[in-house]
Amino acid sequence: MSAVPGWILRDGLVAVVKRECPTCRTVAPALAQIRAAGRELLVVSQDDSAFPEGMATRFDADLEASHRLGIEVVPTLLERRDGETRRAAIGWNREEWQELSGVSDLAPGLPAARPGCGALNLEEPHASRLAGLDAPAPSARAVPLGDQEDPIEACFARGWSDGLPVVPPTPERVRRMLAGVSRPADELVAVVPPDYAPATVEKVAINAVMAGCLPEHLPVVLACVEAACSEEFNWHGLAATTYFSGPVVVVNGPIRRQLGMSWGINALGQGNRANLTIGRALQLTLRNVGGARPGGVDRATLGNPGKLSFCFAENEEDSPWEPLAASRGVAAGRSAVTLFAGEGPRGVVDQLSREPESLARSLSMALRTVAHPKLPLAFDAMVVISPEHGRVFRAAGWTRQRLEQRLHELLLVPAAELVRGAGGCAEGVPASRVVDLESTIPKFRPDGLLLVHAGGAAGLFSAIIGGWINGAGGSQPVTREIA
Amino acid sequence: MTTILLDPSGELQPPSREPLPRLSRLAGATIGLLDISKPRGDVFLDRLQELLESRGARVERFRKPTFAKNAPPDVRREIAERCDAVLEALAD
Repeated sequence: MSAVPGWILRDGLVAVVKRECPTCRTVAPALAQIRAAGRELLVVSQDDSAFPEGMATRFDADLEASHRLGIEVVPTLLERRDGETRRAAIGWNREEWQELSGVSDLAPGLPAARPGCGALNLEEPHASRLAGLDAPAPSARAVPLGDQEDPIEACFARGWSDGLPVVPPTPERVRRMLAGVSRPADELVAVVPPDYAPATVEKVAINAVMAGCLPEHLPVVLACVEAACSEEFNWHGLAATTYFSGPVVVVNGPIRRQLGMSWGINALGQGNRANLTIGRALQLTLRNVGGARPGGVDRATLGNPGKLSFCFAENEEDSPWEPLAASRGVAAGRSAVTLFAGEGPRGVVDQLSREPESLARSLSMALRTVAHPKLPLAFDAMVVISPEHGRVFRAAGWTRQRLEQRLHELLLVPAAELVRGAGGCAEGVPASRVVDLESTIPKFRPDGLLLVHAGGAAGLFSAIIGGWINGAGGSQPVTREIA
Repeated sequence: MTTILLDPSGELQPPSREPLPRLSRLAGATIGLLDISKPRGDVFLDRLQELLESRGARVERFRKPTFAKNAPPDVRREIAERCDAVLEALAD
């Protein structure tokens, strides 16, 4: 611990008290007795310079002395020798106080012992401020604001916002955010395209503060940033594309409950802090650190609202299947995020199918139209199956694999329908690439469909989240465990 | 107390650029005069040179090849190395 202020006795007794504490008020006579017996005694008052009355005290106005002495309870009586605390009496205990002070018959009117109160230096806002005294200095550049500058406006003016107000990232807020993880603040999380700038834990924490996250959200955000900056996810391409897509996050595992995430009613919509701020923190980090901005590297023609934040939890509780992350190799009981390069969700209505085959056909008819009905293989898709639809598959015993397989089969499209010019439409597959017009071409590549279970209990609807291009130049979905 | 915020960006650009401190006196300072190659710009700068020297400044003259482009990097570097301040003649 750093040095105590110079006015704390190197040798002698130090008593720390506060007026607000009833026990401190009742032991004031004992302090007077100790002084009267000729002992060297410094009385330190935490909350009132005039307490205790009638004796010389020092007022620890900034509570730094209390903090440095490690005071947790008042009254505390310390025996100091050569600048070190040798012994301490916590609360009022006659035997201990007499032992430390060498004075007998202390405060005869008091009981033998009485507990004290919590020290003022442990209360907020003091505790956070005092913790900051010992915290390592931030590595990120400090940006001083003008005297008249509103901190929220200042963030807009410096280009740090996604268009909505952000929480100004003060060193104090960033420090509290960093307490949400045990990783060192300067640990490298990822190198972020397109600028290939390093994102440390601290950098992500700054953006998490701006997004409105709580410290407990930070581990999820870190996993998202790692996943997004992986080779396979190809954030560089996704950030720059003219296409609609942005990073979509699906969260699995116990962390969903711990953070109070939403996977039920309105799961893909607004309202849940964890969902919204985690999704936002990822995107603020990617764009602030990586440098991709609309009109700059981000060339999206239309984009989609999910580029603000698109993060939801899977409904594992009454899912027909194992969690998405489990189907992608994460062990049971572990929390993980899956990142998918997705556009906005599109609704699929089916209020009449009670058999899995019929419902699979509805879904496949809708899936045919991802990107364009005549464009196969280049795009992936995520299907969000709601509970009422999931029930149909569960009742029939259809596993995730079975449904995926059936969808792929139903989405074998006649090549004749796909060629350019077919149906009077110029778009499609070049005739030169179709070996046999009688053949079929799969709409999706073998790993191109991800099934997720989410949504409220009522509603015979599911959703399709179309992907971006896959393959060598595109993006693969990436799953990362949360540390 | 000044509010400090921590920079969320990749820190590849400066957050804002402060101008250098202004000169407090002319006497003893070296002032560069940059001719941007507009017609009779040199006449104007000759007169400025006289006035500056009469106030105790040292004058160095520079010229950029054409007014239509930025001064070449070596001209800029020379000015920065040799002068305390620089005057440019801009308009016609």
